[in-house]
Amino acid sequence: MPPDPFFVKDCALIAIANGEKAQNLRELRDRLEMTPVACVYYHFWGGMLRPRFDDPEYQNDFASWAAHSLHDKILAERLSSIDPTAYDNLEELRQAVIEIIEIRLDESETVVWTDVDKQFYFVRSQIVVFDTGVIVSDPEDMRLMLPGLSLGSIFYHFIDARRRTAGNLDDFTEWLLGFEDQYARLITRITTIDPYFNTLSELREALNMSFNECMTAGIER
Amino acid sequence: MTALLERYEKIVGKDVIDHLRQLAQSIKGLTIVHVNSTREGGGVAEILHSLIPLKQALGLDVHWEVIAGSRDFYECTKMMHNALQGNRQAISNAMLHNYECTSQENFERLRGRLEHADIVFVHDPQPAPLLHFCSARKGKWIWRCHIDVSHPFRPVWKYLRRFVADYDASIWSLSAFAQFLPHSMYLIPPSIDPLTDKNCELNEEEIDAVIDRWNFDRERPLVTQISRFDRFKDPVGVIQAYRLAKEFIPLQLILAGGGAVDDPEGADVVAEVEDAKNGDPDIHVLLLPPDEHRTINALQRLSDIIIQKSLREGFGLTVTEALWKGKPVIGGDTGGIRLQVINHHTGFLINTPEGAALRIRYLLKHDTIMREMGRKAKQFVLENFLITRHLREYLTLMIAVMYGAEDRIELS
Repeated sequence: MPPDPFFVKDCALIAIANGEKAQNLRELRDRLEMTPVACVYYHFWGGMLRPRFDDPEYQNDFASWAAHSLHDKILAERLSSIDPTAYDNLEELRQAVIEIIEIRLDESETVVWTDVDKQFYFVRSQIVVFDTGVIVSDPEDMRLMLPGLSLGSIFYHFIDARRRTAGNLDDFTEWLLGFEDQYARLITRITTIDPYFNTLSELREALNMSFNECMTAGIER
Repeated sequence: MTALLERYEKIVGKDVIDHLRQLAQSIKGLTIVHVNSTREGGGVAEILHSLIPLKQALGLDVHWEVIAGSRDFYECTKMMHNALQGNRQAISNAMLHNYECTSQENFERLRGRLEHADIVFVHDPQPAPLLHFCSARKGKWIWRCHIDVSHPFRPVWKYLRRFVADYDASIWSLSAFAQFLPHSMYLIPPSIDPLTDKNCELNEEEIDAVIDRWNFDRERPLVTQISRFDRFKDPVGVIQAYRLAKEFIPLQLILAGGGAVDDPEGADVVAEVEDAKNGDPDIHVLLLPPDEHRTINALQRLSDIIIQKSLREGFGLTVTEALWKGKPVIGGDTGGIRLQVINHHTGFLINTPEGAALRIRYLLKHDTIMREMGRKAKQFVLENFLITRHLREYLTLMIAVMYGAEDRIELS
């Protein structure tokens, strides 16, 4: 029995300053322990839907701040090595960041202060999700419409899905699993796409290529 | 109105416009009002000139109201503006009294519109007290702060805070600019409109006409700063940088800017600039009326490098405009310029006239690098700082304030 159809949704993100800021690493650790977990989400994933340079040196805001404001390259490298998709929930991700910060504090003889206008500002986001009215029942139809999906839809179904689905999967994989083994190769291909080191445009392109290569050559079915 | 959306679609793509259409569906039927202090001149008026027709094209019921005031009123709000950016300003009680009386008069004139609106956006400090007089408000009121209030002169912020704290939400260009207020403080960087006279493509003839109009030398590089004549923009520092660089490279400098109705300080700064120019024929100080958008567009396009050597900057829309024209920008390491000028990618951040001079020399000696930076700069603006992104965030915010404060809002 085929799975339920795929209801294509779209989303938009809006950032909200929560008024907390840190001027040194100890303050960052203290604030991070108390701040809403939505801030952790924003500082790891929010960059995808907010204005920023698409070739950032570091992939999350904590690492970027360590490098550019504290000038602590060692800490920046360690923080940037955190893969947010490896954690089951945001609380675990928060603890992973705090752990790295505490190790660095233990190694440091002094606490470095950054300039007052280069503090770390905690930000959270609100996400507005809406139906596009598009319903897809067949993966072939999904293949055809992928190039025209908005970047908001890509974010919602490929990134945001990981905190909504039981196995932290993206929505495409979750849906294709409902066809039993019919799309096993495509599923494997999609799970190799790194959601963290690509822009949303690149993710859309990678998904499009996966669907095209696994479905048009008659490999599937 | 659909034709307007189609024009944007050609630049940003169909998926972006479809996304806007769907977001707008959720707030159709609401009455939205924007209020600011001037219809011409300055970044806020420019943004509203673009934003409002776009919202209307999406089927929204949007209105734009402008407050009126005497010269004394604008003297007061200019001092307030400077104080919020960190300058000590002694604003007298009489001036503040006039500010409040003028606000009340404006409220009475706009009462019908403001009391019945579903969402009211009030831009910057000039009209901020309007809410204070609106005891029968129906809708959500949002204060949009376009300036850098990160280090305000405290007495003035304390005075203004009592007017803006009662708003339902505020909007800031960067988190670093935000002062804590007891409501949601949204972050929305501003944007430019690629279809306006200031940013549209120009043909060669039009650019040539501007070169001829001021007899710029076509053989020597041109470095340009476009901005209001304002001390925070450090035009005298730009002249110092030009002089340092000119010791090594033949160079011309353009300092061009328009005035705004609400900026009475400009004449003093122009006098300081003329004094620093000291008769140098290669320094062109151009005072342009506020409607010379195509001239500014041409000046940016005919320049080799754009400077924005601000000491304080709200966001720096002239930086965005220059990047959109494929020009690398040498910008002051402050405010929103940091968000746009990425070292070695879209330009250079600098802190001193010496730093600016060094980067001028570097870029003029490395033509290929300069062109590659220009290409990246234009792409960066296309993806991040066009009016369509700005509108998307406004629509998202309006949905958020109407539907609740949860982190996730699911519309059916």
